[in-house]
Amino acid sequence: MSATGIGASVRRKEDRRFITGKGHYTDDISRPGQTYAYFIRSPHAHAKITRIDAGVAKGLPGVVAVLTGAELAADKIGNLICGWMIHSKDGTPMKMAAHPAIASGKACHVGDPVAVVVAETLAQAKDAAEKVNVDYEVLPAVADPAKAQGAGAPQIHDIAPNNTIYQWHLGDPKAIDTAFKAAKHVTRLDIVNNRLVPNAIEPRAAIADYDPGTESFTLWNTSQNPHVARLVIAAFIGMAPEHKLRVIAPDVGGGFGSKIFIYSEEVVALWASRRVGRPVKWVADRSEAFLSDAHGRDHVTHAEMAFDADGKILGLRAKTVANLGAYMSTFSSSVPTYLYATLLSGQYAIPQIYCEVDAVYTNTVPVDAYRGAGRPEATFVVERLVEVGAREMGIEPAELRRRNFVKTFPHQTPVIMAYDAGDYDASLKKAMDLADHKGFGKRKRESARHGKLRGIGFSTYIEACGIAPSQAVGSLGAGVGLWESAEVRVNPTGSVEVLTGSHSHGQGHETTFAQLVSERLGIPIENISIVHGDTDKVQFGMGTYGSRSGAVGMSAIVKALDKIEAKAKKVASYMLEAAEGDIVFKDGKFTVAGTDKAAAWGDVALNAYIAHKFSGQELEPGLKEGAFYDPTNFTFPAGCHICEVEIDPETGTTDIVGWAAVDDFGIVVNPMIVEGQVHGGIAQGVGQALLEHTVYDKDGQLVTGSFMDYTMPRAYDLPSFSVGMTVTKCPSNPLGIKGCGEAGAIAAPAAVINAITDAIGTEEIAMPATAQAVWSAIQKVNDARKAAE
Amino acid sequence: MPAVSMTVNGKAVTADVDTRTLLVQFLRENLRLTGTHVGCDTSQCGACVVHVNGKAVKSCTMFALQVNGANVLTIEGLASGDKLHPMQEAFRENHGLQCGFCTPGMIMAAVDLVNRKGHALEERTIREELEGNICRCTGYHNIVKSIAAGARAMGGGSASQAAE
Repeated sequence: MSATGIGASVRRKEDRRFITGKGHYTDDISRPGQTYAYFIRSPHAHAKITRIDAGVAKGLPGVVAVLTGAELAADKIGNLICGWMIHSKDGTPMKMAAHPAIASGKACHVGDPVAVVVAETLAQAKDAAEKVNVDYEVLPAVADPAKAQGAGAPQIHDIAPNNTIYQWHLGDPKAIDTAFKAAKHVTRLDIVNNRLVPNAIEPRAAIADYDPGTESFTLWNTSQNPHVARLVIAAFIGMAPEHKLRVIAPDVGGGFGSKIFIYSEEVVALWASRRVGRPVKWVADRSEAFLSDAHGRDHVTHAEMAFDADGKILGLRAKTVANLGAYMSTFSSSVPTYLYATLLSGQYAIPQIYCEVDAVYTNTVPVDAYRGAGRPEATFVVERLVEVGAREMGIEPAELRRRNFVKTFPHQTPVIMAYDAGDYDASLKKAMDLADHKGFGKRKRESARHGKLRGIGFSTYIEACGIAPSQAVGSLGAGVGLWESAEVRVNPTGSVEVLTGSHSHGQGHETTFAQLVSERLGIPIENISIVHGDTDKVQFGMGTYGSRSGAVGMSAIVKALDKIEAKAKKVASYMLEAAEGDIVFKDGKFTVAGTDKAAAWGDVALNAYIAHKFSGQELEPGLKEGAFYDPTNFTFPAGCHICEVEIDPETGTTDIVGWAAVDDFGIVVNPMIVEGQVHGGIAQGVGQALLEHTVYDKDGQLVTGSFMDYTMPRAYDLPSFSVGMTVTKCPSNPLGIKGCGEAGAIAAPAAVINAITDAIGTEEIAMPATAQAVWSAIQKVNDARKAAE
Repeated sequence: MPAVSMTVNGKAVTADVDTRTLLVQFLRENLRLTGTHVGCDTSQCGACVVHVNGKAVKSCTMFALQVNGANVLTIEGLASGDKLHPMQEAFRENHGLQCGFCTPGMIMAAVDLVNRKGHALEERTIREELEGNICRCTGYHNIVKSIAAGARAMGGGSASQAAE
């Protein structure tokens, strides 16, 4: 392994601009003559919009335009879409309600945009917005997914009776009943997977610049996938033909899924810029982000696990109600179905699984993928059932897991996924060593001596990522293929640019992708540039999410590098006057086998472009190759996280005193960066488990609407993490990479709740397990104990 | 529009500003120093931290006019020409950033922390002192490492611990 090749913890190339304040995030960019957009948003969760009076506002200083849904419709701008078709059990398609970029006729959630002010300065736009009079006829609202399908619930969209979007299932309902009838023990749980707000620290932003001379648009946008944005905005929303729309995602400050989707604001900015003839810039306030960024999770689940007399799992069944919010966001339908139910086997050999999912509309912000997207929800269900089952049956939690682990591969689960390679015993063992599980009893007694409760909890998770094989997801309803692209351009002076369809918003691709190229071509890492995020430069790409950039993005680069090597060898064969088959390429040098004839990389690159040693009929000049890589399977990262907590029963405060994470990501390109991904994912999982709570009141008002009330994890909420790895190479891609971006967020919540419930001796606790919730649970346990005495 | 004057990163500046202009807006929009970032609207996230007269301040919570006559240091002023500040080096060496958006405020807060609490910082101290800085990417593990290393380096000690 070289100092800058695969497996090295190379320090990041991109850091220079970030640590010196020279990043180019969307809000750092200004266009000459730009105007500022400010959205007027519904203060009601559900209301008819009866009148919008902008007469006074339009006359205020600096106001360029005030636009509403009526003008949007008159200009024939298409609606926002959900791109993944899901069918109900009865075969009917999902009920996708119309979602105009500016609400017209009706507002369906607090924050739904009803008008936009465009002005010379943001302050003038905000001042004018206050003078726009919007008359509403307030309607009853429903925010709770458990109530959305109830008899008295307000109907949100005519197309969806009982606010039901689809009623989907996976598995065999008869076979699962048979499996449960044979059970010696059944564990039953009611679980709420709490709604989260992604809150990347950079708020969403868009700058739209229409050029009337060329009738084309440029859009700077905080997007994880600029080409997908361009395709949707061109082909579905009809803003412009695809070749007249350039989308640039410059430096983006975190995404976590929330910046995948195509939202109202960039669509309106584009449309407004053509109407007013000037660039239009929009940047979200944080409290605006709470009302407009897609939220995550929000499942209500009843789940059951059947065991035989030896604790072998006979079956799992679950019924989930998934809240998709007021409108279906871009990938929303897939998250509680094909990204959730297909992982309900966990790391276990479970013969029968049956899962029903009802997706519902409520008068809340739309819900879509958020780090883990469906897999944290699945892992929480499985790992709570297993842990509680172990306690109920008096079997050690680690032992119960071992008895049920998948041990031979490939393993076909009953829920579509076929696990290709893994060693779950190895990660469990390594994690238990790392956590000093043996010493837990002693530590627990020590805590007790100080009046504290100590608990330990496991989460042995698996996920499906490296999203995704196009035929597979197409057959499941996806409207797009999920391959990735790469173009490797070798310059005459030997430096290399890689144009990738992946997008980095924190993942360090400028370094990790360059490590791959440096090792393969034997050239210094400084001589390699990774180009992403601009639809004028990269022809097409699917973007970064679903832990796919290593497994899919880098595989595309490998394919392109294969082609580069093949052509370079041809060039070298002319230079060295040898047969192409005799050329060996190693460590940046081309040699003729069995001789000392050699040519350096730089000379071969130059010769490819000077083309003096061969004619254009024998070989085309140039050294530039592209490739598209379509995965043949999902990848299956898996591992074991062990969380140890100490709880003060007087206050209910939970201190995480230990975290051991052992993950199998296959081949790891940059261990430092991969560990960083694990740390960040764990922090978000801990946030879900202990702190983050998106609260809507019964009228659909978002009570937790800013960082004042929505508790973000801070440094003192988290411990330092012990991170280890095991390796089973991924068999389905050339580098053997499984991916790592979401693992921490997937594993963590179950580990935390398993630890807390272990400490306090009751399963009756919901996420977030705040100090108040834990304290209350402890009181209930004490009261019950007193009553029994 | 009243006039405001201050020194920013060693340079004297004067401008006419709307009274409502926040210091962070003045830095970003008037002076085009876009390294200082806005991440929230309730003064929680710390992406906007700069130094005013040697002390860390959330520039989203001060008016530009309040800073009249003061000395302001932003992330852009931390390095000396091409030579990075030891805290900046420490963040790169220890992978204390991922998306980079919270990073300028984090580094400015860290330098202020060292100015106040010295060069041998305990993990617990660093974690508690970061109450005003939110990061969504790193989970703080490497930020804590970076700050401890940067603190040592600022004291003339080695940035890397012998044990690592």
